[in-house]
Amino acid sequence: MRDRIFAPSRMLIYLVVWLIATAWLVPFVVVVLNSLRTAEEIAQTSMIGWPKQWAWSNYVTAWAEFCVAQTCAGIRPYMLNSAIVTIPATIISTMLGAVAGYAVSLWRFRGDQWIYGIVTLGIFLPQQMRLLPWTIVLRDVGLINTLTGLVVIHTIQGLSFTTLFCRNYYVAIPPELMRAARIDGAGFFRIFWRIVLPLSPPILIVTVIWQFTHIWNEFLYGVTFTTGQQQPVTAALIALSAAIADIPQHGVQSAAVMIAALPTLLIYVLGGRYFVRGLTAGAVK
Amino acid sequence: MSALSIRDVHKRFGPSEVLKGVSLEMGSGDFTVLVGPSGCGKSTLLNIIAGLERQSSGSVEIGGRTVDDIAPKDRDIAMVFQSYALYPSMTVRQNITFGMECRNVPRAQREAAVSEVVRLLQIEALLDRKPAQLSGGQRQRVAMGRALVRNPLLFLFDEPLSNLDAQLRAEMRMEIKQLHQRLGSTIVYVTHDQIEAMTLATRIAVMREGVVQQFADPETVYNRPANLFVARFMGAPPMNTLPARLEASPSGSVAVIGHGEGEIRLPVPVEVKGWIGREVVLGIRPECITEPTRHFGHAPDAVLTIAASVEMTEPTGAETIVVLRLGSERALGRVSADLRPRVNEMARFAIDTRKINLFDPATGDRIVS
Repeated sequence: MRDRIFAPSRMLIYLVVWLIATAWLVPFVVVVLNSLRTAEEIAQTSMIGWPKQWAWSNYVTAWAEFCVAQTCAGIRPYMLNSAIVTIPATIISTMLGAVAGYAVSLWRFRGDQWIYGIVTLGIFLPQQMRLLPWTIVLRDVGLINTLTGLVVIHTIQGLSFTTLFCRNYYVAIPPELMRAARIDGAGFFRIFWRIVLPLSPPILIVTVIWQFTHIWNEFLYGVTFTTGQQQPVTAALIALSAAIADIPQHGVQSAAVMIAALPTLLIYVLGGRYFVRGLTAGAVK
Repeated sequence: MSALSIRDVHKRFGPSEVLKGVSLEMGSGDFTVLVGPSGCGKSTLLNIIAGLERQSSGSVEIGGRTVDDIAPKDRDIAMVFQSYALYPSMTVRQNITFGMECRNVPRAQREAAVSEVVRLLQIEALLDRKPAQLSGGQRQRVAMGRALVRNPLLFLFDEPLSNLDAQLRAEMRMEIKQLHQRLGSTIVYVTHDQIEAMTLATRIAVMREGVVQQFADPETVYNRPANLFVARFMGAPPMNTLPARLEASPSGSVAVIGHGEGEIRLPVPVEVKGWIGREVVLGIRPECITEPTRHFGHAPDAVLTIAASVEMTEPTGAETIVVLRLGSERALGRVSADLRPRVNEMARFAIDTRKINLFDPATGDRIVS
């Protein structure tokens, strides 16, 4: 078996895999390296290079000192904004998606497939198309330029995906389980709480990772509906680029990017194996 | 008062009619088995009794109360499913008490009920395990425990043994029967296995394509099937059904199988005057064709011996199945295990003519005198 590893076809596969991995990793490596180089060093040499001295201070500056939009507190407040938006929106959209997915997969009712179809249609509508309707809605309910407004948007828009994920997972639950529970006298929410939810951790982890990553990384709504101190970190990063356009500060910028990417990276490292497993998981046996 | 009465129940799914006017009455303490090939509507009927599906028309009464508009949980029933349907994330104890939990039964009362049921089913040691840690037979017991603990008016069993291997199935079959005898409960039991139907039932309803073919005690269903379908469905190997014609003779009617030299003349146990000279289908069970030394019950005069050529023998261990020619028709007989009639030679067989059934070839219905 051992020599098979070096068979030409195998080598070709490895070559392709490595090429793809490299293409993906190069920008990331450049950002990591630049986040540890001083502005002078980058200016004197090039964007790509090994740090001569490790400029850890870039991270301190990016986190707490750099000036964005007339305030010099780094990206820390914007990280907090992102957390305030992402955490509740992730939790609420996941829970609602679980209930909705449970309802359309395990309870037959008139029009259930239509409701499911309309909810998941949201996946296929481009984000830009929804900007105007959201503007009207947020204006009418008085949530323009608030973090609550972003929570509302992400919760509702997240429902398309969370419902899809949960529904596809719950259809594998044997219908006899539902019948037994109905005869035992359990209603909609008791069956959900005591029978369906305890079977759900794999799909809930997948959904949480998906939602967290998407909401954290979301930019368009952040930059459209919030300004100044209310912006999430993705929008603030752009403001930060604008602020230092005259004197390029690629080191600090890269450090800020690294900090902004950290939560989603952590989530993926911690939950990634569940993510892959959950997406491929089938029957609940 | 009947424990369960089903009146003219129809069920349609779109254009197809799954139940075509089913009416059944079951007394308290009856063990009724609904049996039939897959797709005959037996499971649908059970779901309608349980309230899990709604009939298109007709009505269901449980314990004298019309339950058509009553939710499954309030019908005073318990159900055991083919897949057992145990709640995967709950322990055996929680599985058994979940129904009581839903009905807010006090904890002390729940515990008392559980301990009684687990003692009855001998699953005390499993109480804190999850379903995944149980064998098939143990899951089956827990599923029964969950039903028993409710002490309902009516138990519904949906093919509860079909996921078990043959040996365990026979074992559990006996246990279910003993349980029924001990508790005197009223049971409706769905199966496609005619042996389960014969061994368990006090009443059998044989179904086909949404119609009840016969509803009677096992002996009647077996010995006097209402039509050719029931005759062939119940019993393994199935009843021989052979074309014959009826003739009059001084001693009564005679069924003639075959023509000329090899024809076989069998006296018919029933008076069938209107059918003399006409073609019929003669039904006779394989065990009614056997070695000439065998006695059938207390009626030695009903035994007729004939000669027939043997085509093949199948020793099964407990007995030998003989494929033979009656007239020109092929039929199965059953002889003692240690007998091996020679193939392609004539042998003598005794025929229990008391148990001959006659059917109308046009409708398939049993001809009664």
